[in-house]
Amino acid sequence: MLAFVLIGTLPLHRYYRLSVLRAPMRLLMAVVPVAAVFITWDLLATEAGHWWFDPAQTFAARLWGLPLEEYAFFVVIPLAGILTFEAVVVARARRRIP
Amino acid sequence: MTSYTVGASVAVLAAILADLIVLRTALLRSRTWWTAYGIVVVFQLLTNGWLTGRGIVRYSDEAILGTGRIVFIGDGRIAYAPVEDLAFGFALVLMCCAMWVWTGARTRPPR
Repeated sequence: MLAFVLIGTLPLHRYYRLSVLRAPMRLLMAVVPVAAVFITWDLLATEAGHWWFDPAQTFAARLWGLPLEEYAFFVVIPLAGILTFEAVVVARARRRIP
Repeated sequence: MTSYTVGASVAVLAAILADLIVLRTALLRSRTWWTAYGIVVVFQLLTNGWLTGRGIVRYSDEAILGTGRIVFIGDGRIAYAPVEDLAFGFALVLMCCAMWVWTGARTRPPR
């Protein structure tokens, strides 16, 4: 699923000549605080049994009770969201210039 | 208790406050955000449907509006996922985009 998301969004970077990946510090500054909050929520909710992950369909490796994919989720989804947003910014700007 | 329902609602409120008042990025007032979100939500329904429909992620019926039953639509679910997930996704992507725009405004040299 995460691979599918990356395959779907990373080409936007080249196609729309985005500079998102050329600003790694800015990307970290945007993603890390948000990911930290959501991972904390995720940890607490998993701990409390609000949701859980099928051991048969996730990696056996866990960190504080969450499968490793779950941490990757909070990097991949924000990146996909930002790439989509920036692609829309560029697409709209292109349309304005005849 | 519908704890996830409450958590997801709080997350949406926090994201709206962050965008409009704290960071003042006002993405919610831009066409760009809503166009991007429109694209994102379609793919969320697709990918999240995969995660929830196959039971990779499962939810306690105590945490959500619906029951633990996995159905395509109905019983508090859309495309297999609890409706709360839509709020979760909206909050996550809005916060990230708002932070992205905010850090951009701060790192760009002043004009």
